[in-house]
Amino acid sequence: MNRTIITVVGKDTVGIIARVCTYLAGNKINILDISQTIVQEYFNMMMIVDTNRMEKHFGEMADELHRLGEEIGVDIKCQREEIFDKMHRI
Amino acid sequence: MINLFEVVETNEMITKENLDVRTITLGINLLDCIDSDLKKLMEKIYNKIYEAAKDLVKTGEEISREFGIPIVNKRISLTPIALVGGSACKSTEDFVSIARMLDQVARQVGVNFIGGYSALVSKGMTGADELLIRSIPKALSCTERVCSSVNLGSTKTGINMDAVRLMGKIIKETARYTEEQDSLGCAKLVVFCNAPDDNPFMAGAFHGVTEADKIINVGVSGPGVVKNAISKVRGESFEVLCETIKKTAFKVTRVGQLVAQEASERLKVPFGIVDLSLAPTPAIGDSVADILCEIGLEYAGAPGTTAALALLNDQVKKGGVMASSYVGGLSGAFIPVSEDQGMIDAVKAGALTLEKLESMTCVCSVGLDMIAIPGDTKETTISGIIADEMAIGMVNQKTTAVRVIPVVGKGVGETVEFGGLLGHAPIMPVNSFSCDAFVSREGRIPAPIHSFKN
Repeated sequence: MNRTIITVVGKDTVGIIARVCTYLAGNKINILDISQTIVQEYFNMMMIVDTNRMEKHFGEMADELHRLGEEIGVDIKCQREEIFDKMHRI
Repeated sequence: MINLFEVVETNEMITKENLDVRTITLGINLLDCIDSDLKKLMEKIYNKIYEAAKDLVKTGEEISREFGIPIVNKRISLTPIALVGGSACKSTEDFVSIARMLDQVARQVGVNFIGGYSALVSKGMTGADELLIRSIPKALSCTERVCSSVNLGSTKTGINMDAVRLMGKIIKETARYTEEQDSLGCAKLVVFCNAPDDNPFMAGAFHGVTEADKIINVGVSGPGVVKNAISKVRGESFEVLCETIKKTAFKVTRVGQLVAQEASERLKVPFGIVDLSLAPTPAIGDSVADILCEIGLEYAGAPGTTAALALLNDQVKKGGVMASSYVGGLSGAFIPVSEDQGMIDAVKAGALTLEKLESMTCVCSVGLDMIAIPGDTKETTISGIIADEMAIGMVNQKTTAVRVIPVVGKGVGETVEFGGLLGHAPIMPVNSFSCDAFVSREGRIPAPIHSFKN
């Protein structure tokens, strides 16, 4: 399994999750977990996804999601899970 | 599974606290390029470096993108050129032509620095060592990316005072050769005692003869992360302070270890070491001096600075050692002046002097680093400063270094601007009492008694 963490941060608005999920579904990216909070009107979401069946390169996906974020007015980042795992787990 | 809080913490370290991997340095052995024909030698060196490093920058960028962590520099370190060029180079010009070629290949593969224009002369100088050393001023003035280092002493061999005397002259000459750029050449030249074979940081990186054919060494950073972490335990005991630094260093180093392993796998080059050094940059918040202030000092240089730095250095090592399978290089905290805004402020406020910096080098990695001094400082005075620093390294069995810049045409009170990562610095006063008679003695200082351990 190739796990990637997608984080979405920005001003809350209608349809953020819908837009991101539509993109993921269209690229055969499976969502494993979602957590989300809103702090002082700021939308903060983290998704753990499996990119095993995705046909694109990682960089391409990251760029496309970043552009999608710009359209919605939020910041979307993709990072492989290992960086968090290494840092927070012994 | 990873939770939102942990993801946010990591990403805040990267976006707000300047967490980055400072460098991926590819070490390349050049001993198999040795040839008595200079042209053939240069061709072999060029080809070997190009083949080994052509994917280095691209791979670094890919890793950076996938993990979302900046990898600031991609660099190359080489077998000391004095060893490689010994049989082909008959003049300083011959060595300079190698430097030019190294600059060219560095540009070709896209690395910003290439280290290893070096000589190891801790006990004595061969003819080739001396030729290379004498070629340094010209080599650094006609190249952009070549870095040079000379190892002048070690705990096992003592200090080669003939080479120390020569380096005082060479540093002054390098300053003159590059006077139009505020003596920038000296920022790419460092002298060492106990130089490590696997240092990934410039200007002192070279690929030691004890190393494999190729190796990946990684230098992590993150002074901003440490500062932010300890700002949350203001007023707490030393125990809490130390635990906090240790835990933070662990997290920072794990990122370095991950990047090193990925780079090693993708480039098919064995992983060497992670260097744990806290390396500052001129960016605001990316400062080791700011950590010292957060520990409780008004400015770096105030009484208590050496103790605070000793504590910091030790905790960084303790946290980092557990996070990486192999630790090496210099590992600790760097205290360059021009590359650290907090240090610059401390000098400007009159809190930090050259003498205090010297005592700080007793307890942290490296030494007198990126210090601008008046252009009219005498050669022998520079040699005296070097000898003092080498003695600290020799007796304390640690690495020490000197990278001072006697800025031609400038004096105390003026500022010098190097730009980029090298930063800017106020010219610091130097003790001007003479050490001429000391420095002009010939020979070497014997190894200290505690080096005889066999």
